[in-house]
Amino acid sequence: MSVLSTRDKLAILSDAAKYDASCASSGAAKRNSLKSGGIGSTEGMGICHSYAPDGRCISLLKILLTNFCIYDCSYCINRSSSNVKRARFSIDEVVRLTLEFYKRNYIEGLFLSSGIIRSPDETMGEIVEIARRLRVDEKFGGYIHLKTIPECSPELLEQAGLYADRLSINVELPTDEGVKRLAPEKRPETIRVSMAKLRSKIEEKSEPTLKTKKRQRFAPGGQSTQMIIGADATNDADILGTSARLYGSYQLRRVYYSAFSPIPDASSALPLLKPPLMREHRLYQADWLMRFYGFDRHEIVAGRQDGMLDLEIDPKLSWALANRGAFPVDVNRAPREMLLRVPGFGTKAVKKMLDVRRYRRLRLEDVGRLCQSIAKVRPFIVADGWSPGGATDAEHLRARLVGKPIQLSLF
Amino acid sequence: MTQARAIEQTRHAVRLATQTDFAEWRDAARRLATNVVPPADIVWSAGETEDLFADGAPLPDVAPNVTLNVPREFIDRAEAVICHSDPTRFALLYRILFRLRIEPNLLKIASDPDVMKLYEMEKSVRRDIHKMRAFVRFVEVGEGENKRYAAWFEPDHFIIERNAPFFVRRFTGMAWTILTPKGTAEWDGENLIVGPPATKADAPAADATEDLWRTYFTNIFNPARLKVKAMQAEMPKKYWKNLPEAALIPDLIKGADRAAREMIERMPTMPAPHHAKVQEKYWSANKTPADADAPAGSLDEARKQAEGCHRCPLWRDATQTVFGEGPQDARIVFVGEQPGDQEDIAGKPFVGPAGKVFDGVLDEAGVDRRITYVTNAVKHFKFEPRGKRRIHSKPNAGEVQACRWWVEQELGFIKPDLAVALGATAAQSLLDKAIPVTKMRGEVLTREDGLRVFITIHPSFILRIRERADAEAERARFVADMVAVKKMMAA
Repeated sequence: MSVLSTRDKLAILSDAAKYDASCASSGAAKRNSLKSGGIGSTEGMGICHSYAPDGRCISLLKILLTNFCIYDCSYCINRSSSNVKRARFSIDEVVRLTLEFYKRNYIEGLFLSSGIIRSPDETMGEIVEIARRLRVDEKFGGYIHLKTIPECSPELLEQAGLYADRLSINVELPTDEGVKRLAPEKRPETIRVSMAKLRSKIEEKSEPTLKTKKRQRFAPGGQSTQMIIGADATNDADILGTSARLYGSYQLRRVYYSAFSPIPDASSALPLLKPPLMREHRLYQADWLMRFYGFDRHEIVAGRQDGMLDLEIDPKLSWALANRGAFPVDVNRAPREMLLRVPGFGTKAVKKMLDVRRYRRLRLEDVGRLCQSIAKVRPFIVADGWSPGGATDAEHLRARLVGKPIQLSLF
Repeated sequence: MTQARAIEQTRHAVRLATQTDFAEWRDAARRLATNVVPPADIVWSAGETEDLFADGAPLPDVAPNVTLNVPREFIDRAEAVICHSDPTRFALLYRILFRLRIEPNLLKIASDPDVMKLYEMEKSVRRDIHKMRAFVRFVEVGEGENKRYAAWFEPDHFIIERNAPFFVRRFTGMAWTILTPKGTAEWDGENLIVGPPATKADAPAADATEDLWRTYFTNIFNPARLKVKAMQAEMPKKYWKNLPEAALIPDLIKGADRAAREMIERMPTMPAPHHAKVQEKYWSANKTPADADAPAGSLDEARKQAEGCHRCPLWRDATQTVFGEGPQDARIVFVGEQPGDQEDIAGKPFVGPAGKVFDGVLDEAGVDRRITYVTNAVKHFKFEPRGKRRIHSKPNAGEVQACRWWVEQELGFIKPDLAVALGATAAQSLLDKAIPVTKMRGEVLTREDGLRVFITIHPSFILRIRERADAEAERARFVADMVAVKKMMAA
């Protein structure tokens, strides 16, 4: 095998990392370099430094340390049976790439993951060493997200949390059966216990210590996870159930859904189809409804016979059409919880309406100025000088709101 | 004619020296507003612009004894809006200031056209600031001691000064310059200097690292997920000319469909040559888990088997099996209901709030923990997720029954003198029938196999009592129960 240049390795090891959906750099504790004289800062809101033509934000240098892997997960391009070209960065190369990219303002941090070589501790040890060198030796104040290997030792986990802003462990698939079938070497039980350990560590360290009364640093950006959608037959209802369980159990900041994407040199165990991007989008919308709009996961899929979200319309509109008795909602009187259920009202629009309401009454044109599209909202609300009449219950409401059917393109 | 002259006399033309000096605008606005000069009578301009009303009346002095109070929110927003490139911003800010005198809550009326315009301008400035933070691209110039970083950027608004501190906080340890047609910012590692506009001719040439960046950009893109609109919404074309990676975009889009189709059409290949070796070396040993259908040979083996328990569906949502804890020669076995949130996370019984009460009570009753074994009737946490919390659900009879498999094995290996049923679920598990716990509290029932079972409440019952005095009384009764248990041990 010829010696690979850093550029060759970067090509291989970023290609290998692109199936991880998260690129978030938000939610970290505030930090800057004014005192240290180094480089790097995090200020709460994440910055997307570029966008690839897949519409995904690029805020971090997202790479694998190596794509050699002893696991054989059939959905993964790096599985041991894959014929993909392999490479391995040195610790030094990753540190240098991160700094050089950061200094040019291409990125605002590093998201480091890795295939597992030899043993979990050996791989995790190198990941932690990279984070340590960046933080300590290079005085790097940028964002660091480390993928945590579930089986690694508690000492390594402790160090990882000390240097990283965020740690994540992927649940891989929505059900344990799915994991056992498609990732036979992975142990879903271990993944759960590892997420539980991370939660306890984060909680333990967020308490001020007895001696110094200071909080110790441990992954201030919390933990997140990812699951692949569409590689197995799990329906949306069960996926949302898994998300609800994960949010409740491990205090996750985010659950990422990644539409299963065909990979070069795919395994025959998997559907070779275009990734279900619309489904992924609907799942994110439903996830938002659970977290910010007060919806229970059961309500979101209630009435959907196959347990799948409607691909044509968003889940909130879908719920509203199935629960027309709850509408129209009077924007001048309804409580916040009910305003949040109106299709077309976001959390910000609702907040603004509640503010305005304290001083004057809302007319339809006022509402129009506060939300994105009044046409979508109109059938579901009552405002001064406006009542939808029979429009809420009209049979053709759905068709009107969906708009012209898009002709399916021949493929 | 006379009328026209009257209008001209009251017109004020305010020319601000710079585009973004908020203090200067505030001073002028204060003079005008305290003298109740209506917004329509003022023409605002900034910098070197020519306008028709340049010779208006001079600015009046601030009217004495007039207070002009505005909410802090207005100042914050105005400081941002003053950076907007729209020449009407000064007039808009004055109009709002003027209205705030009699409408103090004006800014809360987000549907008011002036307020909307204010928010819109502020948002536009904020977005421009954000995009500058995102899309400035530094190029390394010079070497060794003279190494510095330079960037050319074209903002929509006058944001250089407002945004420069961000770059200082982030790139403290570097010397850098950001050049824009609306001004420059320069940092030498100690001082920030904001200077006059620059031209593109001053912009630095590319450096070698750009090539690595383009390699990254190309490879992090997944052609199977092409979403050009989503990309352009966040990275509009107007920024592309100054982004080294943007030149790649048209070709990536053009080739995406083919690349994706090739991935789909390519037949799965044979496993890689090293795969068999990896499987042999790492995975041949641990394939089959312990079979949990036959009773275990020891307490430790039972504990191991229970880890993979699927006897009822509760394993699906719980983190792990929470097995009993304590010495195998324990004289008493305490049986609770099921693990809670904390127990589920820790994998140990009675470590949460109810566990703390339990520990305190045992201590008070003088029961030696070293001779006790603590476990639960049901070994997985049953709950309903509610946002970031988990609400405890009571296990049903089927789940209790399924888990007796483990409880009975624990009792069989330990052979205690006494089992204590903490609450109804535990009593149901130990005696295989429903027991009215409050009625039979303190009683001792003897099972067919000779095991004595003491009935009492679950410590979480005490935690649920709202009234402090009642909770204290209940706790005292629980202590008394534990004292009784201790006496039975001695007997």
